Amino acid sequence: MAATETVEGYNFAYLDEHTKRMIRRAILKAIAIPGYQVPFGSREMPLPYGWGTGGIQVTAAVIGPDDVLKVIDQGSDDTTNAVNIRRFFARTTGVKTTERTLEATIIQTRHRIPETPLRDGQILVYQVPIPEMLRWLEPREAETRKMHALSEYGAMHVKLYEDIARHGYIAATYDYPVIVNERYLMRPSPIPKFDNPKMHMNPALQLFGAGREKRIYAVPPYTAVRSLDFEDHPFETQHWDHACELCGAADSFLDEVIMDDRGTRMFVCSDSEYCLSRREKQQPAVA
Amino acid sequence: MYIAVKGGEQAILNSWRLLAEKRRGDARHAELSLAQIREQLGLAVDRVMVEGSLYDPELAALAIKQAQGDLIEAVFLLRAYRTTLPRLGVSLPIDTGTMRLERRISAIYKDVPGGQVLGATYDYTQRLLDFQLAVANAGPPTAAQESVQSMPPAPRVTDIMGGEGLLAPETPTPGDPVPRDLTREPMEFPADRALRLQNLARGDEGFLLALGYSSQRGYGNTHPFAGEIRQGMVIVEVEPEELGFPVEIGEIEITECQMVNQFAGSASMLPQFTRGYGLTFGACERKAMAMALVDRSLRAEELGETVTAPAQMQEFVLYHSDNVEASGFVQHLKLPHYVDFQSELELVRKLRARHAAHATVSLSPSAGAEAA
Amino acid sequence: MMNTISDVPPALAPGFDQPVFDSIKVFRVVADAMAHPGEIKRIDARPPAPAQLMPAAAALCLTLLDFETVLWTQNPHSAVSEYLRFHCGCPVTQTPSQAAFAWIDSTMNMPPLSAFIAGDPEYPDRSTTLLIQVKSLSNASGVRLFGPGIRESIYLDVAGIPAAYWRELQASRAAFPCGIDIVFIWGERIAALPRTTQVVM
Repeated sequence: MAATETVEGYNFAYLDEHTKRMIRRAILKAIAIPGYQVPFGSREMPLPYGWGTGGIQVTAAVIGPDDVLKVIDQGSDDTTNAVNIRRFFARTTGVKTTERTLEATIIQTRHRIPETPLRDGQILVYQVPIPEMLRWLEPREAETRKMHALSEYGAMHVKLYEDIARHGYIAATYDYPVIVNERYLMRPSPIPKFDNPKMHMNPALQLFGAGREKRIYAVPPYTAVRSLDFEDHPFETQHWDHACELCGAADSFLDEVIMDDRGTRMFVCSDSEYCLSRREKQQPAVA
Repeated sequence: MYIAVKGGEQAILNSWRLLAEKRRGDARHAELSLAQIREQLGLAVDRVMVEGSLYDPELAALAIKQAQGDLIEAVFLLRAYRTTLPRLGVSLPIDTGTMRLERRISAIYKDVPGGQVLGATYDYTQRLLDFQLAVANAGPPTAAQESVQSMPPAPRVTDIMGGEGLLAPETPTPGDPVPRDLTREPMEFPADRALRLQNLARGDEGFLLALGYSSQRGYGNTHPFAGEIRQGMVIVEVEPEELGFPVEIGEIEITECQMVNQFAGSASMLPQFTRGYGLTFGACERKAMAMALVDRSLRAEELGETVTAPAQMQEFVLYHSDNVEASGFVQHLKLPHYVDFQSELELVRKLRARHAAHATVSLSPSAGAEAA
Repeated sequence: MMNTISDVPPALAPGFDQPVFDSIKVFRVVADAMAHPGEIKRIDARPPAPAQLMPAAAALCLTLLDFETVLWTQNPHSAVSEYLRFHCGCPVTQTPSQAAFAWIDSTMNMPPLSAFIAGDPEYPDRSTTLLIQVKSLSNASGVRLFGPGIRESIYLDVAGIPAAYWRELQASRAAFPCGIDIVFIWGERIAALPRTTQVVM
C-alpha cells in the first residue's frame, strides 16, 4: 500500500520509549498469565477512548520498522476507523501496510478474527472496550478481581443456564465467554462467537488492549481457549443458509447488506480481504 | 452498493477539510486570536486547564479554538498533548495559606480574620443580558474602587477552626507516601484520598456538579457548609536534587474550597466537623465546590458511614468522572458494529421462529393489536 | 537528573547504538521467547556492556528496565550494577523480595525461587522476572516442557541448573496464577520459561 507521509516531532510509533517499556513489561506478564488482565498505565492517545486506544497502544509498543501492518474493523480494511488507525501508524512509523492477512506481521482488529488462518510469528492485536467478562454480573472491580483470584465463575455459568431455561439455548451471540488455559475467564472482545473457535490453539500471539479500562491481556500461541457451555448444550457457532454472494464462500461470517428501500438483502463476507482474494483466484484476469 | 464502503480514506480527508471550513466560519469576520480567547473567555480556558490537567492558558486557548469551543473536545486535545510531554520533576506542595487572594469568602462566620472578599463573581449580578456588550468597542470597563491585588495573605478559616478540636484535622498519611499518579498508572480500589482527589480534580465539572447536588438532595446527605472558598495566586516551587533548597518557578491561579460537614461521631471519634476538599486551576468555583461535596461523600467508608448513594461509591464515581474517557466511549457507538448486530439479528430471528413454532393465539398479530 | 559528561565514570561502556530500534528488536525476541517457552532464540543487538553481562542479558536489561523497575543482583556494587544503574536508571536492591527483575550472574549460589516475589492471586503480575545467565542452552535434550505456547512438547537443556531447582520450579506450579517467570541467557541466546510451563524431568 502506498506510504503516507510521516509526521515530524513525534517518536517512532508516537509513544515515548518509557511508555513503550512499561507496556512491553505488561505484555510479557500478560503472555505469562494467559487470560489475566494486567493493569497498565494507559496513556491519553490522540484518538478517542473506545475507538481503539488500547489496541493502538499495544501495537505502538510491539511494532518495529520491518513490520507489515494490517488494520481491520468489522472484518474490513476499508471502514473509516480502520483507515484512520492504519493512517496513524503509517504516519508515525512509516511501516508498510497491507490488506493481505498472510502478508501482515501485525494485525490490529476490532470485532473480528480474519477468516484466513493465522500463522506462527504473527501478532493479532484486539481492541477491547470492556475487558472484564464478569462486569455485567458484578460492576465492582474490587469484587471481580477477587472472583478471578478464586476462579469463582459460578455466576457466569448461572447466567448462561438462565438463558437455556428461558430460550432453550445460550443466547449470547458475540462477546461469548471463554476460559483460557483452563484457568481464567476471558472476554474475547466483542467478536462474534463464530470466531471463538479460531482463538483455540491459534499459532499466532493474540494480544488484547483496553485503553480506557487500562488493561492488557494475552493468549499465547497454542493455548487452549474453551467457550463456556454445558454437556447437554454444547457450544455451537452461527451458520447461514446462504453462501457469500460475491465469492461463494460457505465458511465465512456473512454481513447482511440492505440493497434497496424494499428491504432486498444480500449476504457477503464480512472479511473483505478474504472475499477479494477468493474472487481473484476465481478470475485471475480481473485482479 | 457494497462498494460504497470503500473510499474511507478520501472521506476522512474531506471531513478534515469541511471541519477546517466550519471552524473558520464566515471569513468576512475576523479570525479569533489565542490572546482574545485567553483574555476574554478566561473561564473556559480555566476549565480546559483543570480537566486537561495542564496549566498552560495559551495551549488551552489553542485547544478551545481548534475545538470550536467544544470544551470536552478541547480537554481531550490538551490531554493528548500533555501525555507526550517529558516529566522533568515534581514541584513541592503548594501552600494555599500564602495565597495572594483575589477572592475569599466563608459562609460559616459573619466575618473572619482577613475579611470576606467578594472579588470578581457572577454571584450578585442580576442575570440580565447586557446589550451593551453586544456593541463592539464598548471601551474598557471602569476600574473597581478598591483593588484586591494588594491583599495580604489571610489564614485559612479551617485553620482557625481547628484550634478548638471541633474540626477533624487533616494530616498526611503515616509515612507521607508519594501519591500515586493517575496519568501513569491505573486506578486501584480501594483508592486512597490522594488518588480520589486527583481523579476528581481531573473529573468532569458537570458530572461532579450532578453528584454533589444529589448528595444535597438526600442521596447520601453530608450536611455541608462552605467553610471557605479562596481564589488567587500561589507560588510553585521545585527543589532540584543538586541544589537542596527550593527554587520558585512561577505562579499559578487556583481555587480552593473547603466544605465543613457535620459528623455524628463514631465509637472511636467524638462528634465533630469533617471536611470535603476541592481544588482547581484558575477560577473554577462551581467545580471546586462540587468536588468538595463529592470528596466528603466518598469519605463515607473511612468515617464509618453506610454507603448507600452513588456519590459515596468509589468505583461508581471514580470510574465515570473522566469526560475524555466517557466521551470517547459513548461516542464509539458511532463506529460500525454491524458484525455484532448481525449476530444479534440471527438470534432475534431464531427466537422469533421458535415463538412462531409454538404460536398461540395471543401471539398472532391481530390478537396482539390493542385498542388505542 | 541529567548526567553531564564529567559524571560518567571512565570505564562506563555505552548502551544501545539506536535505542528506539534496538529495543523494539530485542523486545520482539523476548516476547517471542515468552510466547514459545523453551525455544532458543537469538538476540542480535550487542550493547558494549561489561564482560560479566552476557550480550543478551545486557540487551534485555536495556530494553526492559528503567526507574520504575527495581533490580536485584548478586553483587550490587559490581561494574554491571553501575552500568545498569547508569543506563536504565533502575534502583538496585539487596532484597530479592523487592525485585521486579533479578539478574543472576551465574547459577552457582543463586537464591531459591521462593526468595523472589510470585505475586498474589489478585495481582499475579506483580512478580519477579529472573534473568539467569547459564553455561549453555540446547533443545536437543534435557527437561521436557509442556504448556501454553508449546504445540506438543519441547526439550530444554540448561547447563548448571541443579535438579533441586527444577523440582522447586515444578512444585511452584501449584500456586498458579502466582509464579516466577524466567529467561535463561547464554551469550546471545535466550530461552524463556513463563510460569505456565510444566516441567517434566
